[in-house]
Formats: sequence, structure tokens, C-alpha cells
Amino acid sequence: MLLSEIKEILNATVLWGEEHLDREVVSACGSDFMSDVLAYVKNQPVLLTGLVNPQVIRTADMMEMCCIIFVRGKVPSQDMINLAKDRDIVIMTCPKRMYEACGLLYYNGLRGNCDGND
Amino acid sequence: METIKLVYPVEGGDLIEAGEASSKMKLTLKKLGLPQDVIRRASICMYEGEINMVIHADGGEAQVEVDSDQILIRMIDSGPGIPNVQQAMQEGFSTADSTARELGFGAGMGLPNMKRYSDEMTIDTVVGTGTTVTVKIKIPQ
Ligand SMILES: Nc1ncnc2c1ncn2[C@@H]1O[C@H](COP(=O)(O)OP(=O)(O)O)[C@@H](O)[C@H]1O
Ligand SMILES: [Mg+2]
Repeated sequence: MLLSEIKEILNATVLWGEEHLDREVVSACGSDFMSDVLAYVKNQPVLLTGLVNPQVIRTADMMEMCCIIFVRGKVPSQDMINLAKDRDIVIMTCPKRMYEACGLLYYNGLRGNCDGND
Repeated sequence: METIKLVYPVEGGDLIEAGEASSKMKLTLKKLGLPQDVIRRASICMYEGEINMVIHADGGEAQVEVDSDQILIRMIDSGPGIPNVQQAMQEGFSTADSTARELGFGAGMGLPNMKRYSDEMTIDTVVGTGTTVTVKIKIPQ
């Protein structure tokens, strides 16, 4: 799925990286707990989260992710957006809640890439 | 290849800056052209260690040594030490306060994560003196 399709499906607003929406991704994950992202995520280049602080960007960076979507209409600070830009991570915000946002993407074919349960 | 030594101070205080050292190390490892998986594992270990030094020990120092066959990361602090290492290593055990939790940490997964992502891990700790966590990541030849 292209990031541009994700944007469409979630009715999201791109806060940084409009020019990178041609990136293609095959899986995603959703969590408000960065410890869990670091523990369980494997090759999931998109993170959906309702948590807004710089550690979200840094965690995504450590996990080599290419896009973060803030749910529930959350908007990160300019400092966070600059950090994401520096790390080459596309930032979007969408009005949907976590469950619905993840569900919509899954329904449209974006899976979780998990061997076990998630 | 000659051993490359890198040293990064880790500031105590709030968690806002935590991760800067890991980020810098990651960039250096990329420039060295190491395998992606090795870089990822080293970065996660260092990041968890950095977060621990900030939330549990008010900062410290990370020393990284890169050889042709391994990356050695030492995270050294002069914090309170860990009274029961076996307990600290258990998934879910955490003494982190609510501030750390609000930032998405304190799940008690840090040390177990470091063990999982490294090839070897040792914890040297003295209560009241400090802690040194060392992880080794092998570079496949
Ligand atoms: N550098 C350190 N100094 C003192 N205590 C530590 C340090 N690192 C870890 N600990 C102790 O070990 C526990 C488990 O660590 P960890 O698995 O990273 O979980 P978390 O950081 O989420 O609490 C911590 O809650 C803390 O009590
Ligand atoms: Mg920790």
C-alpha cells in the first residue's frame, strides 16, 4: 500500500513528507507504548499512535520506520516535526481513533506482519 | 579493521533528549556500512539502555567499540544500582514512575529487550554506586 493510499483511507493530513507519499509499505503496527513497539515490532514501517512526544519519533527511527500516524486528531509540536524531518519519517495526523484507524487499514489490505498474536 | 571507539554522554533529567546518543551511534554505524540487522539490534539496545540511564540513574555515559566482528556497547552510570538483577531481568518488572509511563516507557521490557536483541549481555551493579550494562552484538562475517 502506498502512503498516499493510507492518507486517503484515513482522511489524514500530512504534517511532513508530502513528497514521500509514493513510499510503499506492506505492514503496520499500532501502539501507545513505545516499550512494546521496541519489543514486538518487526519490519513494520508504519506506526499508528495516540502518544505525542519526541520519544515516539526516536522509537520509530530506531525501528527504521518510514511513517508515523497520530490518531485522535493529535498534532505533534514543531520540534517533533523537525525531528521527524531530520530522520526522514513522514508524519500524518488523522481524526479517527486507534481501533478504527487500524481496522480500516487492515480491511484495505495492510497487515500486521506478526507470526504470533498482536 | 582497527577498533573504533565512540563515547556518548547521556544527560539525566527529562526524557526529551534521551535517544540522541543512540541516534548518533546509528548514523556512525551506517556510515561504516555494517549490516542493517546489526545496526538495528545495536540501536535498540543502546536506546533502551539510554532510556534506563535517564529514568533510573539520572544519566551516565555510553561507550561503544566497533571491531570487524562485533559491536560492544557499555552503558555506565553512577545511579542507585539494581538490588535484584534477576528480578529486574523479568519481563514486566519495573520501578519506573508515572512520568516515564506517560512517555510510553516503564513496561519492564527494556532489559529483556536488550537481552533479546544482543548476543551477550552482562549487568555489573552495586547498590548505591552504579550500574554498567554491557551488550555485545556479533557481526556476521
Ligand atoms: N541503569 C539502571 N539503574 C538502576 N536501575 C535500573 C537500571 N536499569 C534498569 N533498572 C531497574 O531494572 C528495572 C527493569 O528495567 P527495564 O527492563 O528496562 O524496565 P523499565 O525501564 O521499563 O522499568 C527498572 O524498573 C529498574 O528498577
Ligand atoms: Mg527500561
